[in-house]
Amino acid sequence: MHQTDSEPAIRIRGLRKTYGSQAAVDGVDLDIARGETFALLGPNGAGKSTTVEILEGYRSRTGGEASVLGVDPAHGGLDWKSRLGIVLQSTGESGAFTVREQLRHFAGFYPNPRDVEEVIAAVGLEAKASTRIAKLSGGQRRRVDVALGIVGRPELLFLDEPTTGFDPEARRDFWQLVRTLKAEGTTILLTTHYLDEAAQLGDRAGVIVGGRLVDVGRVHELGGAAARVPIVRWRGADGLVHEQRTDEPARLVASLVADLGGEPAELEVIRPSLEDIYLDLVRSHAGTEHAGTEHAGTEHAGTHSVGATGPTIDPTTDAQEALA
Amino acid sequence: MSTSVIALGTSRVGYETKGYFRSLDAVFFTFLFPVIMLAIFTAAFSGTGDIVPAPGAEGVSFGRYFLPGMLAAGLLLSGVQNLAVDIATEKGDGTLKRLGGTPLSPVSYFLGKMGQVFVTGTLQAALLLVVASVAFGIELPTDPGSWLTFAWVFVLGITTSALLGIALSALPRSGKSATAVVIPIVLVLQFISGVYLQFSQLPEWMQNVASLFPLKWMAQGMRAALLPEDFAALEQNGTWDLGWVAIWLVVWLVVGLVISRLTFRWIRRDA
Repeated sequence: MHQTDSEPAIRIRGLRKTYGSQAAVDGVDLDIARGETFALLGPNGAGKSTTVEILEGYRSRTGGEASVLGVDPAHGGLDWKSRLGIVLQSTGESGAFTVREQLRHFAGFYPNPRDVEEVIAAVGLEAKASTRIAKLSGGQRRRVDVALGIVGRPELLFLDEPTTGFDPEARRDFWQLVRTLKAEGTTILLTTHYLDEAAQLGDRAGVIVGGRLVDVGRVHELGGAAARVPIVRWRGADGLVHEQRTDEPARLVASLVADLGGEPAELEVIRPSLEDIYLDLVRSHAGTEHAGTEHAGTEHAGTHSVGATGPTIDPTTDAQEALA
Repeated sequence: MSTSVIALGTSRVGYETKGYFRSLDAVFFTFLFPVIMLAIFTAAFSGTGDIVPAPGAEGVSFGRYFLPGMLAAGLLLSGVQNLAVDIATEKGDGTLKRLGGTPLSPVSYFLGKMGQVFVTGTLQAALLLVVASVAFGIELPTDPGSWLTFAWVFVLGITTSALLGIALSALPRSGKSATAVVIPIVLVLQFISGVYLQFSQLPEWMQNVASLFPLKWMAQGMRAALLPEDFAALEQNGTWDLGWVAIWLVVWLVVGLVISRLTFRWIRRDA
């Protein structure tokens, strides 16, 4: 309980969780500072939820050290739980209570809860406050989950895929809510499949693949500088698609025009989106079984090809816009 | 046990009771069921004459004879069936996992469940007695001694039932299978323990099997409270054996407590 502000909210060293011979979490080291919002990314089955559930005190660990708000989560008591807010992945509870009843009841568990009406307003459920949870839509129920997670005024909030099932407007509203919580000093550990969400909310992000944390850093620095080098792609006179990474795409295009004596066919200059970079990271660490399959259907010329582990080029720039 | 654990447990009683009455399944199959069965029995056997403790002795109506069994069945349904299905379902649907992430003590959670069973079990017994007396004209005892017996059998029976319900909730492997696992157990017990069939007419081996389980003793205790004294002659030993009623219910109470303590988890470990 006696903790200086400089001590991280979460500190993990060599965290391991094995099921038989399978390692679900395989030696993760991570510090999350007080007040930080950290986004944990990774494909399904990569060990995200296992890691988070160990930190929440739900699962035991096989090895390594973990400290959450200065307490070993394997032995966290009720006082420790009163400082946490946990939003689990969606559940199927019967929902016999109204939104307000459920929040009032849960607020009673905590020593210093938030005002229930303020929480209802914060998640945008004022109009549904007297409706039984069973009668709400999936997205509305998810907002109740979030409301129940924050009603105890947590120091540390776990959000496990919080916006699944939200429409775009609800997601924007939710992001705003998270920024408000962050401004109040709440430490937030978020797992998500949405890279734009990680980019919008996360001070830093980590990518977990095969139980290992393969990259940690500021969201717009994930994958390193090399992963962000633009790609020039065109169909050459030989009929094959060529790709080349260069920090000077204009110069390359100019030289192509000079060489070809005209406009290169199907010319594209691509700056890898966060999604491209993320998928690259995942693919390069997930073993060889996926490598090469992403480019099926596109012929590559040997000389300029960026190879099987090259980025998936996708004109969708959602994540990039989000970063801008 | 800290005061906040007790206070939260008390707040859980109100919450759980509200939730119980909002669940139509629970209200029908655990709260109203004995009342409905009493109505059916009274109507179906109204013309068959009285049940007598001995040839030539003064008898009682079918309804009066079976009322104690229905009260005992109410204890079993309100406690065992209700909680075993309810907690197994809460385990399956994520309710317990959510609660496990909050500073709610498991003790408060169980105080809430036990309190709910006590409240709804009391309302159920009151409803049974009122319906029996007002709607079916069943004669109820007037002496305080009978009601004292009723009171302790009720309190001990409902507590034992609630604890056994919590213990039994560990058995179903999923929330969906909860009713399929729990109801047959409860149903068989009702048939062999003298709830729907006259206990004294069951074969002796079946009586002996039933004597290993608590429902037989609850029904016997309720008969001791509500039937005329000479009906004791129909019991296995020719007496009400109230001492054995108390001992067997306490034994099962302890069994329920120990199993609950050993098996309860907010979530299945490493599920």
